[in-house]
Amino acid sequence: MAKIVAGVGCSHVPAIGAALDLGKTEDPYWQRVFSGFEHSKQWIKDLKPDVAIVVFNDHATAFSVDMIPTFALGCADEFPPADEGWGPRPVPVVRGHAEFASHIAQFVILDEFDLTVVNRMEVDHGLTVPLSLMFGKVDRWPCRVVPLAVNVVMFPPPTGRRCYALGQAIQKAVESYPEDLRVVIFGTGGLSHQISGPRAGLINSAWDKSFLDGLTNVEYMREAGAEGIEMVMWLIMRGALDDTFQETYRFYTVPASNTAVGHIILEPR
Amino acid sequence: MARVRRDYDDIPGTFVFDAERSRQGYGINMFCMSLLKKENREVFKTDEASYLNAYKLTQEQREAILGRQWNRMLQLGGNIYFTAKLSATDGLSFQQVAALMTGSTQQGYAEMMLRGGRPIDGNRSESEWKDRG
Repeated sequence: MAKIVAGVGCSHVPAIGAALDLGKTEDPYWQRVFSGFEHSKQWIKDLKPDVAIVVFNDHATAFSVDMIPTFALGCADEFPPADEGWGPRPVPVVRGHAEFASHIAQFVILDEFDLTVVNRMEVDHGLTVPLSLMFGKVDRWPCRVVPLAVNVVMFPPPTGRRCYALGQAIQKAVESYPEDLRVVIFGTGGLSHQISGPRAGLINSAWDKSFLDGLTNVEYMREAGAEGIEMVMWLIMRGALDDTFQETYRFYTVPASNTAVGHIILEPR
Repeated sequence: MARVRRDYDDIPGTFVFDAERSRQGYGINMFCMSLLKKENREVFKTDEASYLNAYKLTQEQREAILGRQWNRMLQLGGNIYFTAKLSATDGLSFQQVAALMTGSTQQGYAEMMLRGGRPIDGNRSESEWKDRG
């Protein structure tokens, strides 16, 4: 039986990817950000997951405004890193797990979550930056990845409550998969940031810290910035973990580019 | 039809990209999306006005694009992840665009971020911005 062994929350700031790819990790500015992931890189190396379900959002890369799926599950064998306008990130192709992903899709749709199945998708920094932060610079990602893209670009995104419930359905789907797989689920994005309009630059550390404390749904856009609403994606991760999961590691720093960076690891007691 | 006022329209300095703006800004955003391709960027740079003819845009939207009115584009239905492709085409860093949108200098904006960003207090609702004068 497949089993969710841990949850990870993690920001996905594009500038983090650029700093990694351009070898700026030793700059004092970036050192402050990356230092928070040293523990986690070793932790996940020891954890050895077979699959990571990565809840992320596309930033006008694979999806334009032609189609805006609320929840889209990647069921392909592989997902190439996308060219976001300055060439694809120099990271390995993301290997999917088509069979496991299709099982999850079928299970949660029958459980009344109307998600979209995606059989071809390039993935942008929203997915590859968390992988880089957790796995470091590698020639091959150490596990397979099931991407779950969530619309947080157009308002309204799915509600926090819906995200949480989807997470719960995903947990059931995972546990009904016959093969023994060790699964880790990533909630990515956030924390507070606004990159658009005259209020750009907004950071709300108090809010971020209370979110990390409670991982609950409130007035995202007002408090955490128009783009900070990405934080709903963490709730899918949280929903997939039962009450036995507790925080075992946390990191928070401001700024990385325009964003507050948050990171958390949740493991069973 | 005038935009129906939503509760989130009270968030100051913020143009929430909702379904209405998504419909209104379809042309702006699909134009920006086209700039993901290098060959399109080259053609656009050669003759911006003609390039825009391929997209269904209002006069206001055309002017906002050609005049690089970054906030106006958002107000008229552009989304930041899309308009960022136009600023990238112009060779601007994201911080430069953010400074332009906030009426700050790049240095002033960068320093604000290093000090912990724009604080939430005083930035929650339009009334607070009006009081500020």
